[in-house]
Amino acid sequence: MDDNYIIKLVNVEKSFGSQKILKGLNLSVVEGKTSVIVGGSGQGKSLTIKHILGLMKPTNGQVLVYDKDINGISKKELKEIRSNFGVLFQNSALFDSMTIYDNVALPLRERTKMSEAEIKDTVNEYLELMEVRGANDKYPAQISGGMKKRVGLARALVLKPKIMFFDEPTTGLDVAMSNEIYRIFFRTQAKLGYTAIIVSHDVPKIFKLADYVLLFHDGIVEDNLTPEEFQLSDKPVIRKFVETTMGRLYSSEMEDIQ
Amino acid sequence: MSLNKINLNFLTERILNFFEKIGDLFIYYLEQGGRMVIFLLYSLYASIRPPYKIAPVIKQIFVIGALSIFVIVFTGLFSGMVLGLQGHNTLKKFGAEGLLGSAVALSLIRELGPVLTALMVTGRAGSAICAEIGIMRNSEQIDALECMAIDPYKFIIAPKFIAAIISLPLLTAIFDVVGILGGYLVGVGLLGTNEGAFFNTMISDVKFADIYMGLVKSVFFGLIIAWICSSMGYFVHMARNGGFGAEGVSRVTTNAVVLSSVSVLVFDYFITSMLI
Repeated sequence: MDDNYIIKLVNVEKSFGSQKILKGLNLSVVEGKTSVIVGGSGQGKSLTIKHILGLMKPTNGQVLVYDKDINGISKKELKEIRSNFGVLFQNSALFDSMTIYDNVALPLRERTKMSEAEIKDTVNEYLELMEVRGANDKYPAQISGGMKKRVGLARALVLKPKIMFFDEPTTGLDVAMSNEIYRIFFRTQAKLGYTAIIVSHDVPKIFKLADYVLLFHDGIVEDNLTPEEFQLSDKPVIRKFVETTMGRLYSSEMEDIQ
Repeated sequence: MSLNKINLNFLTERILNFFEKIGDLFIYYLEQGGRMVIFLLYSLYASIRPPYKIAPVIKQIFVIGALSIFVIVFTGLFSGMVLGLQGHNTLKKFGAEGLLGSAVALSLIRELGPVLTALMVTGRAGSAICAEIGIMRNSEQIDALECMAIDPYKFIIAPKFIAAIISLPLLTAIFDVVGILGGYLVGVGLLGTNEGAFFNTMISDVKFADIYMGLVKSVFFGLIIAWICSSMGYFVHMARNGGFGAEGVSRVTTNAVVLSSVSVLVFDYFITSMLI
């Protein structure tokens, strides 16, 4: 395996009853880079993330993280691998019976031996970084959707993960708030240097963040290209996606001449 | 194709469908049973292994135990009162009203105390445990914990197990004491049983073995309630006929309360038959 690949999915298949969602999916994620997963709804994007996180088992195939098949290792080893993960869930998945402060403090309390004073400093630092102010004692139900995402991001980043997963980080947010999330993403990735895997519908904006673009179509990954290559690709499926989501403006020069 | 042949094909298909459904159901319950047993083992292991955190356990003892005291006192009092009433009327036929104290105390300590306490706690706290965990599962909070490399068994389930096992015997003791008081109020206060006889028969007839039986039962019932209600909430997403959303949680909670209550009564029989 190539040393640069931190995550690799090999011929992953997943069926629910007679319905096959993933049909022999192959995917690789390069260490330290940002891979963006795009594709229509119901193509198994979030499902694939769940496979990488070890929350679901494939019907067939292998999911390799750090060269280890995460379905063939012990619970302890899986826990070790997961200690490198940070996840921003689609619905933020904050603990709704805990305050914002306790939500962000939780990973520090459970996974480190930091004192309460150190935890307080770290939590406040991260909430400040996310520009969440004056909400420490509020509960998730009392804050806005955008704020929830930022708190979720603070919670995911507080242990300085090596791999970050973003499941539709800007869905349901207005343009200003989406830009805010992207800005935070830029800032934290520059600071922490994590590998990022982003599932997003926010095309073409998301391409500005991407080092690699993976298009999910009909249960497989169509290609793993840089955003420029992706937009200029001749593959019919990719062309169709680019034209539907971005319009003719982004069509290849070849077509424009014709 | 003749009519008979069509009928035969139709019939074969129906029969096959029937067996398919039975098999499907059998496999589902087998899987669900297996999941629940594995859940129990994980939860017990998570309850006994370090690190030990006392604060979450105290919080759960408050939720499962302290908040149930009112309902336990209320049901205990009236159970004791009705025992006093029924016992007095029955014993009077044999001229043995003096045995009322012993009858009330023994039925409460050996049987009614642990069972009724367990049923009340199932209704009040078991349903809450199941719904809480079910909602955590549906809103991906349990997934989030796993992704943070925090063991959900240690973090969510273990405190509930420990709290239920501690709370149930204590609540049962309260139920017994209040129940005996209820029996005393009706038997001695209202119906005029001799007070000395009431307490003397109680003291001479209630043995340590009786209290031990009640204690063992209540500990087991605590375990059963915590186990069934937590595990059904935990696996809400795997429940039959769709376990998703608010309706899924409500259906699973109902099932958990029913299964838990029935299990309490079934295990009551087996524990009694072992200890008697």
